[in-house]
Parts: sequence; structure tokens; C-alpha cells
Amino acid sequence: MSLLKVDHLSVSFVTRNGTNQAVDDVSFSVEPRQITAIIGESGSGKSVSCYAMLGLVPSPPGRIDGGNAVFQGQDLLSLSESELRAIRGRDIAMIFQDPMTCLNPFMRIGDQLIEPLTLHRGLDKKSAQARASELLDEVGIRDPQGAMRAFPHEFSGGMRQRVMIAMALINEPKLLIADEPTTALDVTIQAQILKLIAELQHKRDIGVLLISHDLAVVSDIADHIVVMEQGKVVEQGRPQAIFDNAQHPYTQKLLAAIPSGQKTGGAIKADPLIRIDHLKTWFTPNDGAEPVKAVDDVSLEIHRGEVLGLVGESGSGKSTLGRSLLRLVPLTGGQIDFDGTTLSALQGKPLKQFRHRMQMIFQDPYASLNPRMTVYDTLAEPLLLHNLVSKAGLDLAIRELMDNVGLAQAFVRKYPHEFSGGQRQRIAIGRALATRPEFIVADEPVSALDVTIQAQILDLLADLTKEYGLTMLFISHDLAVIRQIADRIAVMYHGKLVEEGSTAQVFDSPSADYTRSLLAAIPGAHAA
Amino acid sequence: MNTISPPAFDAIEQGSSLWHDAWLRLRKNKLALLGGAVLLFMIVIALLTPWIAPYSYEAQNLDLGASPPSAAHWLGTDIFGRDLLTQVMYGGRISLAVGFIATAVALLIGVTWGAIAGYVGGRVDAIMMRLVDILYALPFMIFIVLLMVVFGRNILLLFLAIGAVEWLTMARIMRSQVQSLRQQEFVEAAVSVGLSPATIIRKHIVPNALGPIIVYTTLTIPSVMLLEAFLSFLGLGIQPPATSWGLLISYGAETMEEYPWLLIFPGCALTLTLFSLNFLGDGLRDALDVRGSKD
Repeated sequence: MSLLKVDHLSVSFVTRNGTNQAVDDVSFSVEPRQITAIIGESGSGKSVSCYAMLGLVPSPPGRIDGGNAVFQGQDLLSLSESELRAIRGRDIAMIFQDPMTCLNPFMRIGDQLIEPLTLHRGLDKKSAQARASELLDEVGIRDPQGAMRAFPHEFSGGMRQRVMIAMALINEPKLLIADEPTTALDVTIQAQILKLIAELQHKRDIGVLLISHDLAVVSDIADHIVVMEQGKVVEQGRPQAIFDNAQHPYTQKLLAAIPSGQKTGGAIKADPLIRIDHLKTWFTPNDGAEPVKAVDDVSLEIHRGEVLGLVGESGSGKSTLGRSLLRLVPLTGGQIDFDGTTLSALQGKPLKQFRHRMQMIFQDPYASLNPRMTVYDTLAEPLLLHNLVSKAGLDLAIRELMDNVGLAQAFVRKYPHEFSGGQRQRIAIGRALATRPEFIVADEPVSALDVTIQAQILDLLADLTKEYGLTMLFISHDLAVIRQIADRIAVMYHGKLVEEGSTAQVFDSPSADYTRSLLAAIPGAHAA
Repeated sequence: MNTISPPAFDAIEQGSSLWHDAWLRLRKNKLALLGGAVLLFMIVIALLTPWIAPYSYEAQNLDLGASPPSAAHWLGTDIFGRDLLTQVMYGGRISLAVGFIATAVALLIGVTWGAIAGYVGGRVDAIMMRLVDILYALPFMIFIVLLMVVFGRNILLLFLAIGAVEWLTMARIMRSQVQSLRQQEFVEAAVSVGLSPATIIRKHIVPNALGPIIVYTTLTIPSVMLLEAFLSFLGLGIQPPATSWGLLISYGAETMEEYPWLLIFPGCALTLTLFSLNFLGDGLRDALDVRGSKD
């Protein structure tokens, strides 16, 4: 018998702009001792369907239109709020994407674990402490006694997610719902957390419902995959069946969008456009503490016409290196040469005039566009500033830019909030190209986008580098993406460059230990 | 690459700016609209007073003395037999002028000061904001009283004194806005395009910081008007024979047991205006809250 059986569930949101059918006739089930994964892009209704059956969708605007969700013989949708609350805490536990917002920053980890143990399970203080320590040990925290005395901010993201999992296990749940549990984590940590979830599921005989946008991530551990698109389940089945024989066009599109393969093309002549020599970018905190060595003694060449992929985890200094090259952060030491000019020595007006030769594409297309400027104004600004076109030629230049990045010209008077994430990233790319730069730093340009959009933007970037003859530093934490677009790869770890080489070389015979652990952590390795 | 043939100009879809969206939201808030309408009415009356006031401002009728509302004097007369409606209209001119002009002074100084401190940062920011802190620490009521005592009761000085106190909060709000905005990637993008700091502040930062500033402005005007009323009540504000709502309330309070209408009508005028400004301010705060917009 299924642990959870969802039948014909429909949920809609009633807003002032009309009714939005978020979940439309969705059926799936979670078997005991299995991991079921729901896959979909943002807005596909994957989270809403799970939140709705737990009574966590605020109503109004949310409204459950029909269906049932039977958990251990009880229809969750027919229960009262207090009955649901009892089940939520006890039999069904949840873990969320961002562990920091779910932990009380003013309470020690130990106290946060002990409180529910004494309250709900009636343990005395001493045995609660022992039990908390056992739980932390079970989720793989090495020094449970020390960890209990720590505050959440003293832990890394991966450790916090482990603590959240420990808290979820307190009441011995039968079903664990994990909503994007690894999205905020680095790739090597992500692999560890997924492994932990799989182990716990196996050891404790619980059912797991995993919600994710990343097909590659879940393919490694899921027993059953449910694919959702626009509120509907379009396909479900065993992972192997989905990968080998996807029936629905949307699933096929998702599979095709998994970055795979390697950039092909002739070797690029080693003609350095940019030469970085012992570059240091340190940040000194205001209180006079030790400086943070974000970029520490990095020497690197970027060749004319190549895409150099820069890989590293959060805090590795890869973004700071990109911003240092564009002189967006103050340098501490070392030298940058750009096409024969000592870029690191330029100041004031000469630097401003130099800026049109190098541009940046940012990670978050929601933050990188001024919300009060139309597409026209955004694209016109760099063109007019550097006197690249006459007033008369402005309209034409903007139309050409919009064509090149694949935006309909009719949208020229619209504002950023009227566009989707992918369209916004196209605007941001257009702005970066407006000055006809020779060099572009793309800082995680696709990591905020849904996977099918990600594939489109990667194609666009690859086309544009050819068309405009660009040299690009492509920064990403995602090795699969890097592999697809980069000619050469540089790997950063703790502010230092640990490996550099052609894409094939780095993937086939990595020399640094760190690179090897990164490669091992790529999700969905068996699926690709 | 898919190319799109240039559409005729009428095919361009007009975008809806955040200001336009905010207006659409404000339009649904009936209370805020009512507040705006009442305020507009008050302002129009104040502007037209010299032409539409029923009596001359200085005309006394000592024989009549204080009389209750009547057909000839809608709001009655004061102890000198002056028409109260005329007095309230002229008083409103001064009160509203103090409210708007002193707030404009505060807005100008505060926004500029806060924007520069927030954008430049570092030592400049530290020095500028410590100065704000020091001025904050001064007991500002004593500061204004001292100014009035030393330089005499002068309406221009009143504008300046109130503005000099109110800009401090404005500068702090603006600074915190700018500090969070300059971390935004679109400002970084503007730097990498090569814009100068002045252009970045003017084109990219100030328009995005205006929402909270506008809201705070609509809430500052009533507090300034209240401050003027308070100072006048103490006898430190407006110099008779000029008058303001505060001064009228002050006189009315002295004689409230015999002639209650002398307190009630100026009090109503002030309260109504303050309510309108607060309703409008609240409505604007909801309307300009970008987090609530479609995203």
C-alpha cells in the first residue's frame, strides 16, 4: 500500500488578475522505503502541490478545488487545521531550501534540538541531550557535542542542512518532504547531502518526497520521477525509463537541456588578450581583522577569441577575480595587462574610457537591470555615453541589438519587471554587447534560470562569441555548463588557482585533488 | 539567429512603468484618494484666499465682539469681532506654507546629503553621518527656541529652523536606501559601462530610492505643521497680526469655555489636513511597495 497517495489534486490561486490554476488534476504516490522526486521548473506547481496537502498554502489566495491526498488511510485534505498540525510535526517532516532561515539564529543548535524532544516526546533534559547528540551523529556531524554548543551562523550551509535534517528526524517521521534541499549548496556538498538523504531513507525505512528543478540531481537517488509542467503531471516513471524512453515532449526538452557534451572546435592560437600577473584582491574588514584574501596571487592568461571557464565553489574568489579584471573592486597587488595596456594602473578618466572594451553579464537578471528604465533606455545608455552612435542612428542600433539577442523589437518600451528571467538575461546581454566590447566577464549567467531557458541562453552566448569575436571569462560553479561552452578551464579554490588547462585535459586527467573531487560530485553522471 | 523585421511604430507595446503600476494601485485605495482630494481642496483655498476671503483680514468689529456662527459670519467672530472663517483661511496659508516649504528644505538637504554619504561611503560617510548624529543629539526644541529668541520671530527663520531639524531623518533614510542600492548589480553594471558617480546617483540610484522618500515626505509635512502649531501655541512661532492654525488654536484654547467655536473650527481645519496627509501617505506606502508588485 502506498504511504501517500495523491489523487486528482487541483489547487488554484485567486488574485486580482484572475484565477491561476497552479495545480491541475495531479496524481502521484509515494511508496514506503522509496524516494519519489517531483521535477519541474519554477511555476510548475511542484511545491504548491506538496504544500497544499499539508495545509501550508495560505487561503486566500490559495484554494483547493478538489482531489484527495491519502496518507496512512487518512485524507489530509479533509482534516482540520489542528489534526493536520499533529501529522505535520509527527509523521510528515519537511526540510527546505535555505536552512539558515529555518533555524533560530539566537539559539544554540543543541537547544533547538532539545526543545522539541522534551516538549513533544516528553524526554527529560538528560536523555534529550543524549538523543540530540545521537541524531547529529546520524546525519554525519563529526563532533556532536561541540556542534550542540554552536550557533547556526558558525556552521556552513551544508552543516546547517544536516542540522535541519536531524531536526526533521526528531519525531521519527514516516514521510520526509525535501523541497530543493541542495539548491543553495555547493556541488560537492550537494553530493554529500543527497547521499545522506538516500542513506537515511534506507536505514530508517521512510518514504521521501524530493522536490527539485534539477533532473540530473534527482536521477542519482530517486526511485520514481514525476515530471510536472504548468500544474500538470506530464510524465512519471522509473528514472531509467524516463532517461531512456521519455514520451512527453516536455520531458524530452528537459533531458535535452541537461548540459552535456563538450565544445568542439579548433585549438585557439595562444595570443594573450589579457595577462594577469600575481593578482591580489584582499578585503580588509572595518574592525582591522585579518584581510580576506579573495584572490590571492593569481597569474593567468586569457587568449584572444577563447572562452575561459572559471570554476570554483562559493567563496573561492572566482567572482572577485572577474570583478578585479573589470576594475570593479579595488586591487591589492599585482598587474593586469589588457592588449598591451597596463589596465591595473589606469585611474579616473582613462579608465572610464577604457571600460567600453570590457563588459560584464551578471548572475541575477532580476537585480542587474534598473527597474525604472525601459529596455530602450537601458540599451541606449552605453551607446550614447561612449558616442558609439549618433542620435539618429540610435533607434537602428538598438533594434539591431535586440535582434541579435533574440528579443522582439515590439518590447523596446517595456520595463524589466514585464519580462521573464530568460528575457531579462537577454536584455542584460544586449547591454553588455552594446559597446562592442572585446572582452566579457559572464558571472554565473545561467545559474538563476530554469534549465530549458539555461540551454537557450548558453546557445545564444556561444553564437554571440563567434559573431562578435568575443573573448570571454565564463564563471560558473556548474562543471557540466562549463564543459559545454569553454575552450579552456581554470579552477579556483580558496582564492588560489589550483588547475588550468584545456577542457578535455581537465575533465580527462585532472591534476589537482580538488578538481577530482569536483568532477566526482557532478550530479547525474550515470545519466549523461 | 531569428531576425524580426522592424515593426511599424504602432506595433511597439508600451510598457507599464513602476510609477504607473503604483498609480493603478493607489487609485484603488479610496481613503488615500479622499485624502488627496481634501488636501488639494485645502491648497486651492489657501492659494485663492486673498481673493475669496469673505472679509478683510484686519477688519475688526469691536461692537460685535465674539459672536457664534451666523449667516453673516459662518464660523463666528473672535473677541475683536474679526471674521473667523477669514482668519482660518489666512492661517491655513501660513500653516500649509510652513509644512510644504520646510519639508522641501528638509528633502533637498536630506536627499543630497544621504545620497552622497551612502554612495561614496568610507571616511566621507563616517564624517557626514557623525555630523547628523551630533545634530540629532541636540535637544532640537531648545535649539529652535534659542533661534527664535536670539534672532526674533521671523517666518523665514521658522522655515529654516524646522527644515534644519527634519532633514536629519531624511538623510538617514536616503543613506540606507542608497547603501542597499549600490550593492545591486545594475549599479555595478552602470559602473562597468563607465558612467560617472554623479550620473549613477542621478539616473540609477535616486529614482529607485524615491518610493520611501515620497512616503516619508507625506508623513513629514503633517509633523512639520504640528511642530509649527506647537511653537505658535507656545508663542514662539508666527508673529501676530499674521496668524496660523496653531496660533488660532492657542487663542481659542484661552477662551474655550466662553467661546468654544474659536477652538473648534481652527482645530478641525488642522485635524482634517493632518488626517488627509496621513491617509495619502499610508496609501502611497502601500502603492509604492515594490515587493507587492507583479514579479
